[in-house]
Amino acid sequence: MEKAKTIIDKIWEKHVVHREENKPDLLYIDLHLVHEVTSPQAFEGLRLNNRKVRRPDLTFATVDHNVPTKNRDVIKDAVSKKQMEALKTNCRDFGITLADMFHPNQGIVHVIGPELGLTQPGKTIVCGDSHTSTHGAFGALAFGIGTSEVEHVLATQTLWQERPKTLNVKVEGDLGPGVTAKDLILAIISKFGVKFGTGYVMEYTGKAIRSLTMEERMTVCNMSIEAGARAGLISPDQTTVDYLKGRANVPQADAFEKAAKSWLALATDEGAAYDKTVTIHADEVEPQVSWGTNPGMCAPINGSTPTIADSDHPEDLQRALAYMDLQENQPITSIPIDHVFIGSCTNSRLSDLRKASQIVVGKKVKEGVRAIVVPGSFGVKMQAEKEGIDTIFKDAGFEWREAGCSMCLAMNDDVVPPGGRCASTSNRNFEGRQGNGARTHLVSPEMAAAAAIEGHFVDVRTYANHQSTSAAF
Amino acid sequence: MEAIQVHQGKAIAMDRSNIDTDQIIPKQFLKRIERTGFGQFLFYHWRFDDDGKERPEFELNKQENKGASILLAGENFGCGSSREHAPWALLDYGFRVIIAPSFADIFYNNALKNGIVPIKMDETVIKKWMAVAEQGKLELVVDLPEQEITVIGGEKIHFDIPAYHKEKLINGWDDIALTLQLEDDIAAYEAAK
Repeated sequence: MEKAKTIIDKIWEKHVVHREENKPDLLYIDLHLVHEVTSPQAFEGLRLNNRKVRRPDLTFATVDHNVPTKNRDVIKDAVSKKQMEALKTNCRDFGITLADMFHPNQGIVHVIGPELGLTQPGKTIVCGDSHTSTHGAFGALAFGIGTSEVEHVLATQTLWQERPKTLNVKVEGDLGPGVTAKDLILAIISKFGVKFGTGYVMEYTGKAIRSLTMEERMTVCNMSIEAGARAGLISPDQTTVDYLKGRANVPQADAFEKAAKSWLALATDEGAAYDKTVTIHADEVEPQVSWGTNPGMCAPINGSTPTIADSDHPEDLQRALAYMDLQENQPITSIPIDHVFIGSCTNSRLSDLRKASQIVVGKKVKEGVRAIVVPGSFGVKMQAEKEGIDTIFKDAGFEWREAGCSMCLAMNDDVVPPGGRCASTSNRNFEGRQGNGARTHLVSPEMAAAAAIEGHFVDVRTYANHQSTSAAF
Repeated sequence: MEAIQVHQGKAIAMDRSNIDTDQIIPKQFLKRIERTGFGQFLFYHWRFDDDGKERPEFELNKQENKGASILLAGENFGCGSSREHAPWALLDYGFRVIIAPSFADIFYNNALKNGIVPIKMDETVIKKWMAVAEQGKLELVVDLPEQEITVIGGEKIHFDIPAYHKEKLINGWDDIALTLQLEDDIAAYEAAK
């Protein structure tokens, strides 16, 4: 019998183009996603060396980081405009498909890849963006790269990669009612730290993972990089197959059945060995709120900020609390917020917006709170509008925007002002991430929605509308 | 990229863990379409106040640290975003070597592609050196071919770096040119797919 293998080993072996002892492997790349911020210097490099794009047919581009989420007709920021125009020119010159700002496929690159069925199990997927790990939800080996590597993939469709170690993140039991995929990944990072995945590709396994929908799996895999792992993935199963069926870029009819069979065969074999395994019990996970300046600094909603004296790195903790303008041992529910952002490649998909909208039905955003909803793609936006989700948000006092990365990294006009405090469904709470001097608290869409209404953090599990949320969807 | 073999320079200490790429180069400076000119924005919000004046307490702004080309930092240096603007900014500012107990994976690769030598070193050694560097008195010679760091007037210590990374740094090789020599292998892989 053949040795039991992990999905990571299986995908890796299928993609080795060239192997030499004591060197990284040369891996073939099946899908290269491109956006406006990390690509201009790569295309420039190609031009300077008179090189072409080897496989424009395996390359797909969109604009997401810089795009305005309102008043798109006039882009005031001349530098952003230049960067978006550069991508347009580059795609035209090198023959790459581009979903430009007004294209119906436009959206956050990690939302549209799966939506269009470009993301498929077993593929190697790269993008000049660290949240490329999102696509791992489908059982693809997907990771972020820098601009030099973007240029390398454009020119050769390959990458030199050291074989990563494998890490099994086992999630036993079930998530409790009102506890989301976002809470789970925040709890994982909080428990094991922001670098426990460094040097590894993580595979999420266990009962709680199997129960997640595809959109929930994307939320989990998305934040693998926040645990230090370039890639995090989940073995494909029937949930994966059902999601992909009928999507634009997957095989159709009989060819789909054949593809589905090969996808399911990629799943990690029973008894396969990992270099490391960690375990977390889903039943113990509570809704999470980050209080500090990295995603490992989280507390359960009914908990408090930590005690400085108990820390191994008291200076780091003190720095974080000072930046966040919080005290040690401060209850999380006592933290007031003045901004709410529902969006980003972590939490801007249809199910995220549906669930968040149910929290705010018939309610009003607290006075003094500015709340915005930014759908992950034009497709998500259209479907949400069809379901009346936009009206629910707008009636409650939320702003309803066009698709893009928006306030997750605040490269466009969607900025939290200095000293502002934001309940955000995004993935990073670094200093200044959402604006110079801005303070970010990472939460699930439901928790962000409830915070918008109350003006501070509350436990969605006991929040009035919660029952109707689970009943409706 | 520019080859690097033996580098001598002043070292500066930034005793913080998890220095992320959002701090190294904040997002408002990622809109340029060139690779050059990012040094002026390095650690921008740590370096400058809201009026654009230097914050005197920040490490890079201290007189004794001016001209440093070697950076000593805490664990998980370069975590976060994949932006290569981070090593571009460090290099443009004048850093050629970064010494830390650990690096984030993407940053580590990005640094190597730009001729910055990322050196993993035991935390106790770094802490000891940081104490000297904080007085502006740490001068190091980093010998890449020999994989040795010499403290001027002090100890000599070995460091590890994968052989293929070392070879590329020493020769300043361009990855793409090397890979294109394997065109036959790539074409064969595509044909068999």
